Amino acid sequence: MKFLLQRLAFYLVTAWAAITINFLIPRMMPGDPVQSLMARFQGQLDTNAIASLQALFGIDKDQSIWQQYTDYWGHLLDGDLGLSFTFFPTPVSEVIAQSLPWTLALVGITTLISFVLGTGIGVFTGWRRGSWMDSLLPVTTFISAIPYFWLGLIAISLFAVKWPLFPAAGGYDNALVPAFDWPFISSTLYHGALPGLTIVLSAVAGWILGMRNMMVTVSSEDYVMVAQAKGLSERRVMFGYAARNAILPNISGFALSLGFIVGGTLLVEMVFSYPGIGYQLFQGVGAKDYPLMQGVFLIITLSVLAANLLADVLYMVLDPRTRREA
Amino acid sequence: MAVTATEVAVLDATETPAASKRRFRFLRGRKTVVGLCILLFFVLIAVIGPWIAPYDPDTMSNELLQPPSGSHWFGTTQTGQDVLSQILVGTRGVLVVGFVAGIIATILSVLIGVSAGFLGGTADEVLSLLSNVFLVIPGLPLIIIIASFVSDTGDLLIAAVIALTSWAWGARVLRAQTLSLRRRDYVEAARATGESTWRVIFFEVMPNLTAVIASGFVGTVIFAILSEITLAFIGVADISNWNWGTVLFWAQSNQALAQGAWWWFVPAGLCIALLGMSLALINFGIDEFVNPRLRTETGGSRKVRMRVGFTPVARTGTSETGFTPVARTGTSKKEPRP
Amino acid sequence: MSEPVLTISGLNVDYGTGTDAVHALRDIDLTLHRGEVLGLAGESGSGKSTLAYAVTRLLSPPGVITGGEVHYHRRDGQALDLLALSAPELRAFRWQELSIVFQGAMNSLNPVHTVHSQLTDVLQAHRPEMKKSERTARAEELLRLVGISADRLGAYPHQLSGGMRQRVMIAMALALEPEIVIMDEPTTALDVVMQRQILRQLVKLREELGFSVVFITHDISLLIEFSDRIAIMYGGRIVEEAGAADIYRDPRHPYSDGLLHSFPALHGPRRELSGIPGSPPHLSAMPAGCAFHPRCAKKVEACDSHVPVLAAPDGSDGSRSVACWLHRGAPAPAVARS
Repeated sequence: MKFLLQRLAFYLVTAWAAITINFLIPRMMPGDPVQSLMARFQGQLDTNAIASLQALFGIDKDQSIWQQYTDYWGHLLDGDLGLSFTFFPTPVSEVIAQSLPWTLALVGITTLISFVLGTGIGVFTGWRRGSWMDSLLPVTTFISAIPYFWLGLIAISLFAVKWPLFPAAGGYDNALVPAFDWPFISSTLYHGALPGLTIVLSAVAGWILGMRNMMVTVSSEDYVMVAQAKGLSERRVMFGYAARNAILPNISGFALSLGFIVGGTLLVEMVFSYPGIGYQLFQGVGAKDYPLMQGVFLIITLSVLAANLLADVLYMVLDPRTRREA
Repeated sequence: MAVTATEVAVLDATETPAASKRRFRFLRGRKTVVGLCILLFFVLIAVIGPWIAPYDPDTMSNELLQPPSGSHWFGTTQTGQDVLSQILVGTRGVLVVGFVAGIIATILSVLIGVSAGFLGGTADEVLSLLSNVFLVIPGLPLIIIIASFVSDTGDLLIAAVIALTSWAWGARVLRAQTLSLRRRDYVEAARATGESTWRVIFFEVMPNLTAVIASGFVGTVIFAILSEITLAFIGVADISNWNWGTVLFWAQSNQALAQGAWWWFVPAGLCIALLGMSLALINFGIDEFVNPRLRTETGGSRKVRMRVGFTPVARTGTSETGFTPVARTGTSKKEPRP
Repeated sequence: MSEPVLTISGLNVDYGTGTDAVHALRDIDLTLHRGEVLGLAGESGSGKSTLAYAVTRLLSPPGVITGGEVHYHRRDGQALDLLALSAPELRAFRWQELSIVFQGAMNSLNPVHTVHSQLTDVLQAHRPEMKKSERTARAEELLRLVGISADRLGAYPHQLSGGMRQRVMIAMALALEPEIVIMDEPTTALDVVMQRQILRQLVKLREELGFSVVFITHDISLLIEFSDRIAIMYGGRIVEEAGAADIYRDPRHPYSDGLLHSFPALHGPRRELSGIPGSPPHLSAMPAGCAFHPRCAKKVEACDSHVPVLAAPDGSDGSRSVACWLHRGAPAPAVARS
């Protein structure tokens, strides 16, 4: 339990650091692109909106940094991330609330699939080092070196343009009203298939390589040799000794890689015009919609932190060394 | 000391004159040679690309959106620009950003990771906290936000931003590796005999981290190249600077997909994948070189297959003797012992 | 002398294959008799651990057995060629007939499994007919045998002290009551008091259970105290083999003599400690002739060109053997004793 509390404290510190970085970025940058944008919308903003934008970006130069910082926190804790310029006058928090479920589902499911699949294949290739499976490695290496978004482009040009098997864009059929019924869910699955496959194909190669290397490393540990000397079955040595220990670093890697994976999936969303926060982020980038960009960044960071905490719980279950004796 | 004969034999073997040639044996591995050749090819292009490019990449012509032909090997764009020339000219930016970011990030990760792992205590807490904060903050969105706030986004600035957001992974791996090395008998022994901390780090710990550092460097270069191309692709980086991402940016914004102009985006993507693969192949070579016990390709002999836990028996020459009775195992009950 | 239980003849082991191979073991002939404790002594890199692991084919890559034979003799007289066993046969043989107490129990126990799990999985593999409760009972019995309370069964390795971990390893080695137990530096990592305690316990257990022991250590004074016969290794060869008392009183090989003077004897008259000048040779740069001749104070003309064969010294009764030109051919002056 102590381990978990320590981790929790750490994530709170990290969240604080991320929020503070988010606070500092617009203030540290040269020039004042925000002010010009503010001027553009001046007539349309009510006083509340102006106050929140000021808190987020520090337009008011008369305030001390500390005062700006406390105001910033005040607005954040109210869930106020400012107004989106792109979807003016929708609040950023509303834009994110609409798109976050799409991203969580797409990233969550595809990441889980690629982790399980890649780790499984990695166990075998690492154990049977030097066998024919090693010849698969250059292929996986090649795939892992392809940017997610380019693979998405290829997938669209092949399976949406050349052979129109899948839709090229969107998260569901626009003729449908979002609801928890079969036509809508099947439509989301159909639209999610191509981006999902793109992400799995891109991500799985990395897991294979990572797990293979861990297997190779662990295979030379003394306890694996002891297990062989004990005459245990190949299965027991491979899974109970080698893979069981090799997966530990891969689990910490799982959560930590989420940051990278999310980066890649954001681009897949963009290429497929998938209605997640990645797509929103790119619309924000195009329109210089700073409140939206910063809000998206904050939410992505907090989600990754939450995923890290989940992985820590799993790690604690799997590694007895993290459990302190009572 | 508690070092097995196996370890002594293998570790020492790299230092003797008879075996000094094996120091560079990783360069002879098939995978590594392929990787190095591809990398050298791209480095060459990066150097001479602007001179050998058949056209000015910015010059428009009347040959709009032409598929590959004799005069335009990779076809032309919507405005009649030569795709091959854009890729040749763009190689330099890709490699410069990748390697500059890789070098900065590797130095940061070694400094922070090894110190944290070895010093332990408060220093470890603080450094780990720092690297973990940078690790969990998703790099790409952060890079995008920083880059979009900055008006002047040159190659070196992009490289610095990428390095600042990508060192943490290597630092964490190095810290974990250092931590486990620190607990090994021989390091404990060196510490116990009163060797200075930095001596232990450089002579006992660092040599065992070479593989991790090298693969971390190569990995960061791959990440930096991908990030940079991504930034260019979404139009955050300076799009007047040619690199492979810029090519893809123009292809995407001009609906190359819908027009079926595959030649516009396929070559750039293949270049990225080839370059990334070459770096990863080099990584394999480093891995097999530094980890001699796990080397499987030895001396070109393919007759003996190594397998952990089952030492191969390869009788050579005249020692082959006649038949020996072989009893089935596990059938006879053992006699009771006194 | 009783019947043999393990005979090794002409065993050769290389690290690596082809031109890069180094010879780790050369023409090893050795016999372990039923119920005896055979000591294997030598400096690091002399090949003693390599020999132990080669016999069970546990050498990690790039180790290759290139010649010779290893036979295991059952009580019913059948001989089993260990180098000809298939992987399933070898698995069935391992631990059932021959178990190993590995050096460095720190890394020999898997940190993520409990003592219970690591003691019972071997029972599960070799005694599939045992019920779960029977396996647990046996594991408790084994722990008691080595003086650990049975309630430590649920503990993880990191919760045990170094001495306890080593005892767990010994308990594990005895789980199936094998005929042979190889002990590879079983007490090196422990303090002297703990060493004695564990070795006494081993002697007692051996008397109760009647297994044969191959005891590997660089500490020859331990061997003289605890073993019946001693084989001394140098540069991948056995240079002398004799009863423990004979080695102690009358070492014939100058290297044995030097080894005896490198460690303080625990009992008996005091000896002068002198050590051996120089350091052991690299496996890849083995001197011609007798590998010891560059360090030998008593070398004769033949030493740097001809390899001496391991055989009974001139004028002895055949109960001991030595590989040294001082004891071959022309009468040579006896090795000086202190």
